[in-house]
Amino acid sequence: MMKLRTATRFGLSALALAALAFAWPAGAADKVDPVAEAKAFKKFFYDKFPKLKPEDFVNGPYSMDEGLHKQWVEKEQFPPYEFAVEAGKEMFTKPFKNGKTYEDCFPNKGIGIRQNYPYFDEKEGKVITLELALNRCREANGEAPYSYVKDEMASLTAYMAFTSRGKPFDIKIPDDPRALEAYEKGKEYFYTRRGQLNFACATCHVQSPGERIRTEVLAPALGIMNAMPIYRSEWSGMGTTSRRYMTCNSQTRGVPLNPQDDEYRNVEYYLSYVANGLPISGPGARP
Amino acid sequence: MRMLPVLLAALLTTSCAFAANEADYKAAYAAAEVANSEAGKLRNQWTTTAAMLGAAKKAADAGDFDKAVAAAQEAEALAKASIYQATSEKTLWKEMEIR
Repeated sequence: MMKLRTATRFGLSALALAALAFAWPAGAADKVDPVAEAKAFKKFFYDKFPKLKPEDFVNGPYSMDEGLHKQWVEKEQFPPYEFAVEAGKEMFTKPFKNGKTYEDCFPNKGIGIRQNYPYFDEKEGKVITLELALNRCREANGEAPYSYVKDEMASLTAYMAFTSRGKPFDIKIPDDPRALEAYEKGKEYFYTRRGQLNFACATCHVQSPGERIRTEVLAPALGIMNAMPIYRSEWSGMGTTSRRYMTCNSQTRGVPLNPQDDEYRNVEYYLSYVANGLPISGPGARP
Repeated sequence: MRMLPVLLAALLTTSCAFAANEADYKAAYAAAEVANSEAGKLRNQWTTTAAMLGAAKKAADAGDFDKAVAAAQEAEALAKASIYQATSEKTLWKEMEIR
């Protein structure tokens, strides 16, 4: 009798598994289509803010209402990031001890190329951000790397962004499963809740853009990378992309990762990719 | 007389709860560190866990082992919550995704 029961149970389980297998082809539900995803991402924000033009999103909170927009227009007359752009230009062209400059490390001598970063390096199998590429350039030329969260790095990226203003983000996902994985992991990081406050990046920048969190107006996730690096009044200074990610983690009571850890590189890759087509507006200024 | 064992048991329990020693602290701190290290492997430590571990150490250094044990136990609870969060978010994140 026991054998019969066991056999019946086994048979039913096998049938159920077979039915599932036919009803749900393996992998079909999880197939990643970045092009379709970027389209859906943009549509979400265009629908949420129907009065905004696509290019308005790169101005973050300053695009969210008329009063803030007026503040931004006035701020742009004497932009607080101006000094960083000037310092970055000087640093960019000043030779290293070996006589070379940053110009020697980048395509087109580093001018007007911000929109192509981050990119996926197929040799290394990882995402390379602009900040990482700048420090690698320094190290390749015998110079010590800069801190990823301090003024020197922000000045260099501010200058490079400034020379690229108006150029649409053009992030590529090469035909390499590792690149797709990096994109997918970046997306997962973006939507994953962390920290004691149980916030994901998306909690603020997808669910609540335009809303206030204390005195800050939250920026939409769409176009958020286009303005980097940024001058933040809250910081009374410039901040790199690395600094921004780390601060976001701390604000949710999570321990930040190290600058340029894979997670941060991947989420930058994801957020930049879904903003493809929107113009570079960096360096930006934020409240 | 019948109540004597009950009273004794109550007395013993009470005295245990209010007189933590260094060994209790060390055990509670070690347990919290193990949980926090596990959260670190999941890339999801909380700043509040670190703060509680710091508070536990500070209290122990001052010889207040009751406070030290309480802080260490809170640190362990926070670390375990961060582990739970990281584990459950492995699938839950998809619910927030724009599709």
